[in-house]
Amino acid sequence: MEQVSTNNNNQSEGLAQGEDEIPLKLKLKRAERMRKYRAMALIAPLFLFILGVFAIPIAIMMWRAIDNPEVVDNLPQTAIELSNWDGESTPTTALTTAFASDLVKAYEDKTASTVAKRLNYDVSGMRSLVTRTARKFNSTQPAMATMDDFIKADKRWADLRYWQALKRASSSLTPFYVLNAFDMKINDEGQITSVPEGQAIYTNIFWRTMWIAGVVTVGSLLIGFPIAYLLANTSSKVSNLLMFCVLLPFWTSLLVRTSAWVVLLQKNGVVNSTLINLGLINEPMTLLFARPGVYIAFLHLLVPFVVLPLYSVMTSISPAYMRAAESLGAHPAIAFVRVYLPQTLPGIGAGGILAFILAIGYYITPALIGGPQDQMLSYFIANHANSTLNWGLASALGMVLLVTTMILFSIYNRLTGASGVKMG
Amino acid sequence: MKLQPYATFGQKVWFYTFLTIAGGGLLFLVLPILVIMPLSFNGSSFLSYPLDGFSLRWYAEVFQSEVWVRAIKNSLIIGSASAFLATVLGTMAAMGLTQANFRGKGAVNALLVSPMIVPIVISALGLYFFFAEIGLNATYTGLILAHTALGAPFVVITVTATLQGFDNTLMRAASSLGANPVKVFFAVVLPLILPGVVSGALFAFATSFDEVVVVLFSAGPEQRTLPRQMFDGIKENITPAIMAAATLLIAFALALLSVLEYLRRRSEKLNSPS
Amino acid sequence: MSMKKLLSLTIATGALLASASMTAQARDLTVVGWGGASQEVHSNVYFKPFSEKSGAPVIEDSYNGGLAKIKAMVDTNSVTWDAILVEAPDLLRGCENGLFEPIAWDKVGDKAEFIGPAVSECGVGSYVWSVALAYDGDALKDGPKNWADFWDVKKYPGKRGLRKGAKFNLEIALMADGVAPGDVYSVLETAEGQARAFAKLDELKANIQWWEAGAQPPEWLASGDVVMTTAYNGRITNANKEGKNFKISWDGQIYAVDSWAVVAGSENKDKAMDFVAFASQAENQVKFPEGIPYGVTNTKAIAQIPAALSADLPTDKANLENALANDTSFWLDFEQELNERFNSWAAK
Repeated sequence: MEQVSTNNNNQSEGLAQGEDEIPLKLKLKRAERMRKYRAMALIAPLFLFILGVFAIPIAIMMWRAIDNPEVVDNLPQTAIELSNWDGESTPTTALTTAFASDLVKAYEDKTASTVAKRLNYDVSGMRSLVTRTARKFNSTQPAMATMDDFIKADKRWADLRYWQALKRASSSLTPFYVLNAFDMKINDEGQITSVPEGQAIYTNIFWRTMWIAGVVTVGSLLIGFPIAYLLANTSSKVSNLLMFCVLLPFWTSLLVRTSAWVVLLQKNGVVNSTLINLGLINEPMTLLFARPGVYIAFLHLLVPFVVLPLYSVMTSISPAYMRAAESLGAHPAIAFVRVYLPQTLPGIGAGGILAFILAIGYYITPALIGGPQDQMLSYFIANHANSTLNWGLASALGMVLLVTTMILFSIYNRLTGASGVKMG
Repeated sequence: MKLQPYATFGQKVWFYTFLTIAGGGLLFLVLPILVIMPLSFNGSSFLSYPLDGFSLRWYAEVFQSEVWVRAIKNSLIIGSASAFLATVLGTMAAMGLTQANFRGKGAVNALLVSPMIVPIVISALGLYFFFAEIGLNATYTGLILAHTALGAPFVVITVTATLQGFDNTLMRAASSLGANPVKVFFAVVLPLILPGVVSGALFAFATSFDEVVVVLFSAGPEQRTLPRQMFDGIKENITPAIMAAATLLIAFALALLSVLEYLRRRSEKLNSPS
Repeated sequence: MSMKKLLSLTIATGALLASASMTAQARDLTVVGWGGASQEVHSNVYFKPFSEKSGAPVIEDSYNGGLAKIKAMVDTNSVTWDAILVEAPDLLRGCENGLFEPIAWDKVGDKAEFIGPAVSECGVGSYVWSVALAYDGDALKDGPKNWADFWDVKKYPGKRGLRKGAKFNLEIALMADGVAPGDVYSVLETAEGQARAFAKLDELKANIQWWEAGAQPPEWLASGDVVMTTAYNGRITNANKEGKNFKISWDGQIYAVDSWAVVAGSENKDKAMDFVAFASQAENQVKFPEGIPYGVTNTKAIAQIPAALSADLPTDKANLENALANDTSFWLDFEQELNERFNSWAAK
């Protein structure tokens, strides 16, 4: 506020002076500059707020996808020795001794489990290997430890695989989580390879997310198009009433709509019992905690988002074109496909991409209505953030989702920017 | 649209098929919401038809339970505080965005609306880590700040849209008559763009009132909001009490919708040349 | 609106924000249970009476087990839970990783008064519960007798409810595959045994509906969503109090002890310890099985439980035949690895 009034004082001073000596061009330029500064000063608070409370936190989170502090911070001596190790020869006594003393220290500091957990992401079973070894060395407190001492503590240490995993984890930055998000890893030879068939999951989840979003996008366009057409081609009184049917779900809480579907889709819920009473089915269908339920609930969420831009485009299409085409002898169906439909393409594009963007980001609805086989990227991000506490992987998967969203949004922006489709 | 009197049989069939499809779509949109409302008045605890008599016991349960009342209170506190902040910040930014062009305006605009586009899980996760560093997890302040960021883009968009129909000479006229910019804003600009500001504020409030993912990540048990309470309920044990809360929220949505419709008509009237 | 008004409004909002963060500083004692029916009983028997006695409000929360949320709280310095019910392996692991405060046993009482599994460094056992096979006696006249029947989708078509997670399901799968309860954990320790358990679960996968909250199994039985399910025994008996006719097949039941623990770094640590002590006293514990049929841990309380109640408890002699005690040390070693494997198996 203060900023604004200062600007204004300058401005009025400038005007006063200008009356006598300053040429008009300069005066205009100065006024223009003042206006610019004032505009910026008005934008600045929100800009800084969003930057500080939103953009920077997300950037920091993205950093976690490559951040790798566990070994470097908690096993500092070992990390140094590991950088000198070639990864093929038997680990030197300098390395093993450093590792043993770091482990004892980490055990006392209660950080050994952090290291163990990090290493277990790479090689399954390494968690118990590291904690057990740490516990053992903590009880003996050796001043020096050789390779044999490690093998005595747990015979698995004879396998260089575990030492290589340790070396891979000992840099302060890692491609591990990002690769993991694409079902890839760096193998013992240092090459990027796919993870074994049985462990691959995230590419599958990514395509599942795209597939579900694609199905419901097409579905909501199919349902939304006739609704929008009806709204755009009826008297304003009727269309206002019908618009209410579109806007009520739009404004109703997501949780309310999701809970409605849970109730309706239950095995003995309203949908099944109605269908049975009508004699359409004999046995109740499984809709809840299964894919059909997810599709239905998603469609219900997305149709309004498709109807609104389509409606906005359709109201601007003059009926004269269709009439002209028909009067020239075109069959109404052909006139519709060749004349009307192309004019709605910007609306279809905008509504479709918007629906797709929203669909790939939904979390609550699939979490409450789907089973484990219907969960999408968002679920795994939340799951790794809150349940497995694999924050690196959560961030890497978040990066995948964010980049996908941003690419789609830039396409959306181009589409709507060009055609001026408005929401609502 | 109307069926022409001279329509052929095929056209008639097509016309009614079309009406059925579009009508079916509209029913699909409203029926689920309408169907669950009566269930909240069910006498028994089952969520199915036919109803077992009429009863208000589930509403009593919501209003007498400490947990639900606290949740409603929290939602109102967080919703109104964040809507207020979002409206102040968003209106200022919208004024700035419409008053001048400058380099990088597109990028600034993109940043300002980004909270609307970024998938909510990502925003929630980023805020969760960030709040952990600065000790704002499980505080009202943290949630209000987060919801302000999520709601502000809606204010920016609605107010910008209203300002596009705003006649800038009015401001210049007021300034030349000696009013300072603050006075110009409150005496001249605000009354004219008020419908946009109020709908922006309602949008921001509704955003906060409906938001659950950030709350799931960052709130403590004391900051539990209404949607959070519903989330738990749906996950564990979906009772008619949840349907009662849902019905209240539907009534809230209806009220919101009516206010917005009123504002839209009013601003249409204001902007149309008389 | 004048500038002054706007200013005062802004200041008021600021004050509201400030006071909101202030109240966050003086947090009320927060106790965390398992939600649903058992939480109601906890609330009536422990939370409310304690609140009345101490004169301070008690806030309730619920969760579905696991250490993740607690670890996240401790790691991010935002502890909002004080006293919490935890399962045995989580109690030991959390204690090892510094997630729980050591119990002030001088407040709680004589260790010898409690059953063995109830006594540990970071926890006081609260009750003995069981995961058992449950079905609707009205829907199935000739119900399943054991886990092998649970797998028999020909005789009993329909969905089965299982708790989402590795624990219990792997044991149950092995028992269904013919492993005797006494051998379950020695088989499950081997890679072959784990593969066998997952293979057995694979057979049933298409028919499984996963539950997470204890309230879900009875609800799903009532709605007919599942034909049979694993369930916490107390929830089943309690549903019968509301007119249901659910049956429990005790054969192959898995029982375990849940304990009270206090989250590390809790600002209400002393109050939380007082609460744990209160909830461990015989005169308070004895009221618990009346609300929900789980066994208790204070031997003085056990002695006072009427025989009529005892038949529904997992610790009843008849119910213990062919039962499996949940092996805490096994799950301490294997839970995280097997859970990860379980999660990627379930998501496919």
